Amino acid sequence: MIESKERRREIIVKRVAQEFRDGDVVNLGIGLPTLVANYLPEGIDITLQSENGFVGMGPAPEPGGEDPDLTNAGAQPVTALDGAAFFDSCMSFSIIRGGHVDATVLGALQVDKKGNLANWMIPGKMVPGMGGAMDLVVGAKKVILAMEHTAKGQPKILNECTLPLTAKEQVNLIVTDMGVIEVTDRGLVLKEIAPDTAVDEVVEATEAPLIIAEDLKVMEV
Amino acid sequence: MVDKIKSVKEAIDLVKPGMSVMIGGFLGVGTPEKLIDELVEKGIDNLTIIGNDTAFPDKGIGKLIVGKRAKKVIVSHIGTNPETGRQMNEGELEVDLVPQGTLAERIRCAGAGLGGFLTPTGLGTVVEQGKQKITVDGQEYLLELPLKADVALIKGHKVDRKGNIYYRKTARNFNPIMAMAADTVIVEAEEIVEVGGIEANDVMTPGLFVDIIVSGRDEK
Repeated sequence: MIESKERRREIIVKRVAQEFRDGDVVNLGIGLPTLVANYLPEGIDITLQSENGFVGMGPAPEPGGEDPDLTNAGAQPVTALDGAAFFDSCMSFSIIRGGHVDATVLGALQVDKKGNLANWMIPGKMVPGMGGAMDLVVGAKKVILAMEHTAKGQPKILNECTLPLTAKEQVNLIVTDMGVIEVTDRGLVLKEIAPDTAVDEVVEATEAPLIIAEDLKVMEV
Repeated sequence: MVDKIKSVKEAIDLVKPGMSVMIGGFLGVGTPEKLIDELVEKGIDNLTIIGNDTAFPDKGIGKLIVGKRAKKVIVSHIGTNPETGRQMNEGELEVDLVPQGTLAERIRCAGAGLGGFLTPTGLGTVVEQGKQKITVDGQEYLLELPLKADVALIKGHKVDRKGNIYYRKTARNFNPIMAMAADTVIVEAEEIVEVGGIEANDVMTPGLFVDIIVSGRDEK
């Protein structure tokens, strides 16, 4: 287990950034997933889709260069790169639901061994709403979770989600500060492990059973 | 030519307590703020508000929530406006949460004369409660129904006197689809131009959908 929270988050976003192929259309959730764009490997160029209505999203503008009509899905000012395209919400979700987004990266409150995801509400406590998450998780070709392995020491990767689901059996890959886990028909497979982390530690921090890959690698982060 | 241009006050006179009102925008981006301010000021209440979200307490639809003008909201997200959550928990406001893509498509259906659509979004979640499931070619879908409103309040960048609308960047979002789905459509224009002031090729919402145009500029 890596002590520094900052380093743990860096491990997650750096590793997620290695998942894309050149030319992929990708939707990054607000928060930790947004940072993935800063760590793309050299030679990998992706197009960012923003569900509020455009592709070709660029970084935040220089101070003073904000345009009130140009934000990401979290209402933060962004820029549009050359070749960007704006559209309405129906087109945006046709792109998302129709399988035209290669990958989406989201956070999670809970995920389970079947790839069920819960990330939109905690009954009685926090009900922000699902926004575009339910459509993204159902429609994107690849669903990648970028999340800390545990929350306050408690596992988030469970046998069965207890919180209301965002979608059923849609998650493909779970990238945490402790490892990379693939959701397969056989169950959850630990394919990579974080530097300075022991397999036992990962197993202990995970409620769902883990299949340890025969060729378990160390994350290159 | 029918004169569609009215004052903000005249336009909002058409909105009555208890009506359903669609409001364009995404977290306040592309929301007709002047129309909303007049709704709040005039004290029209018991509204059912349909929009992407309830924005922020001091912005967009958020101002109607803080001003207690809504009895119900149909939205995809309320997380950026703590007052929405508070009113919901106190039982003062009914909140119907709808996945964003489903919300957009339900509105489009209403405007496009369709009886509903089939979507995989929400399967296996609370969203499927009370909905019909239909299997097509072995794939299960939820039947989602059209969503229309008495009035739509939308925001355009350039609007010509016929009501043709050009939107700018991410301020487009729900505005074009809401323009199709309400009995009365009121557009707040950042700039009103003469007919011909928008190239036919650049028109994003044809003027036939628009009933009333108001200026979003400050009165001089």
